[in-house]
Amino acid sequence: MATLSIRNLVKSYGKVEVLHGISLDVADGEFVVFVGPSGCGKSTTLRMIAGLEDITGGEIHIGERLVNNLEPKDRDIAMVFQNYAIYPHMSVRKNIGFGLRTSKLPKAGKDKRIDEVAAILGMSDLLERRPNQLSGGQRQRVAIGRAMVRDPAVFLFDEPLSNLDAQLRTQMRLEIKKLHQRVGNTIVFVTHDQVEAMTMADRIVIMKDGHIQQVGTPLEVYHKPANIFVAQFIGAPSMNMLPGTWTGGGVRLADGLTVPLPARTAAEGANVVLGLRPDDLVVTNKKGFLSGQVAVVEPLGADTLVYVGVNGHELIAKASGREPPKVGQTVALTANAGEMHLFDAKSGEALP
Amino acid sequence: MSVQDISVKPSTDALFSGSSRTSRRNMGQFIRWALLFGGGILMIMPIVFMLSTSLKFPFEVYNLNLIPEEPTIENYTYVLEDGRFYHWFWNSLIIAILTTVSAVFFDALVGYALCKFKFPGRYIVFIAILSTLMIPTEMLVIPWYLMSKSFGWLDSYWGIMFPGMMTAFGTFLMKQFFETVPDDFLEAARIDGLNEFQIWWQVAMPLVRPALAALAIFVFLGNWTAFIWPLIVTNSADMYTLPVGLSSFGDEVDVAWELIMTGAAISTLPTLVVFLVFQRFIIRGVVMAGLKG
Repeated sequence: MATLSIRNLVKSYGKVEVLHGISLDVADGEFVVFVGPSGCGKSTTLRMIAGLEDITGGEIHIGERLVNNLEPKDRDIAMVFQNYAIYPHMSVRKNIGFGLRTSKLPKAGKDKRIDEVAAILGMSDLLERRPNQLSGGQRQRVAIGRAMVRDPAVFLFDEPLSNLDAQLRTQMRLEIKKLHQRVGNTIVFVTHDQVEAMTMADRIVIMKDGHIQQVGTPLEVYHKPANIFVAQFIGAPSMNMLPGTWTGGGVRLADGLTVPLPARTAAEGANVVLGLRPDDLVVTNKKGFLSGQVAVVEPLGADTLVYVGVNGHELIAKASGREPPKVGQTVALTANAGEMHLFDAKSGEALP
Repeated sequence: MSVQDISVKPSTDALFSGSSRTSRRNMGQFIRWALLFGGGILMIMPIVFMLSTSLKFPFEVYNLNLIPEEPTIENYTYVLEDGRFYHWFWNSLIIAILTTVSAVFFDALVGYALCKFKFPGRYIVFIAILSTLMIPTEMLVIPWYLMSKSFGWLDSYWGIMFPGMMTAFGTFLMKQFFETVPDDFLEAARIDGLNEFQIWWQVAMPLVRPALAALAIFVFLGNWTAFIWPLIVTNSADMYTLPVGLSSFGDEVDVAWELIMTGAAISTLPTLVVFLVFQRFIIRGVVMAGLKG
């Protein structure tokens, strides 16, 4: 186990800079998830940590060591790939043991280690099988086993659940989380799925266009998003955004309605964006601060998502699962002032 | 709804159209089989004639009947008792095996490097190798001969083998097959501590085994049956390969076709063995088994 420290990391391909000097400290035993849309630089960052991409600028430390110029094998890391990358011509035992080829352990010690890892992953019965005799989830477990067997300082996961179906993904998510709780290694996990990020991470790193947008615990990034991008990227469905003007005591919306809010750092008259999570915006029978016509109803069972047209904007709100409103019905919407978010319209930054 | 409610009897029109579809399908199948049969006959006839001629006496050789009037195995006895045959067979075997091993090794090595390593001039090197495919062997034998002469390789194994020890076609074939090997496999091995040669040998090569087997068959057959270059580069009967040696059967006036065909019939045996050994490696889909399900 070890800490991981990234300092002003830059990556360029020719004249195109794709990572613009990101910095991050990962604590010993921490589970950090990089999340962001395609092309945001999360996989590139991971590959630079692994040593599979050259570092254009900045420093990466694993433990106390600067690893910029070390070969991947000398960095004390193990990586699980999106495509599993388990060798089809080898049995599960040989695949898991592959990382021990260069180890100085005697053969009996290697076999013992393979058996231990297989037992942890529940694969003891499958050790003599070939990859083509395994299901997708079992193959993914072999890939994780190959990483585990080396007992590396840092585990790197590059979107390892992307190729699994929804049910298996949920199961593997749980297994990886349990595995982390059991072995306690430092893990850096890359995904584009914010649900994976929220459910697994100790801390989430949200990236966009080669910049880190926010680093925080899942609850921090959900409840206190640093900017509009984070607010909309984290949480499903996405946060509702209503443009308006800060009046000092609230936000005046386009139709002249003012939504009262506690004091914020915005200057009076500044253009702002009011953010409302669908979970916090509730359809009510009483008086609400917004009203509009129901355009679409999506029953989810316990709750119902309701798409409501308000002043030219389509807002997503939550309604009861038992008595949902009907399409075309005019409904009132309400939310607590404490659950409303305010952002600067120009910079997109949150206004605390 | 009962079972009877949903059962529908086909209309007469439907029956007729079904019947015409079946007859069209039968006709199509007949044409396909006829073409395959014709192709099969074309392929098998030279072999049948070879075997037939090998069982004939000299007086019957120019009689093109498939079944000899007086079948004999005398030709086989003669060829197998002639010590030269074994010598030429041995020469051919050594040359074909060594050339195959060398060509498969170097073609795969170069193909892998051209495919997986990004270095300046990579494309130019690949084009240069490919362009040699456009030069016919007949044009190459003179420079090969001059090279052999200047290096002192005339009338030696080395002289016969060197032009085929690495091939442009094999390099191209292997490069194309290595394109199908995902980089994730190689990167995983790199992280697991293998050096670049080990990654090629232990990870990449087993993943392209079908291509290696196909290339091995091509190269072996090409060298086993090679005639022009071995004929030019060898002087002594001791260095002849089997095709060159067989062509020398007979005298200046008459060619002993029955002996040539007998030798040819025996010489096809190793090619059959090579094909049977390697064809089991040609199994599709091996590479994909290690990837997403």
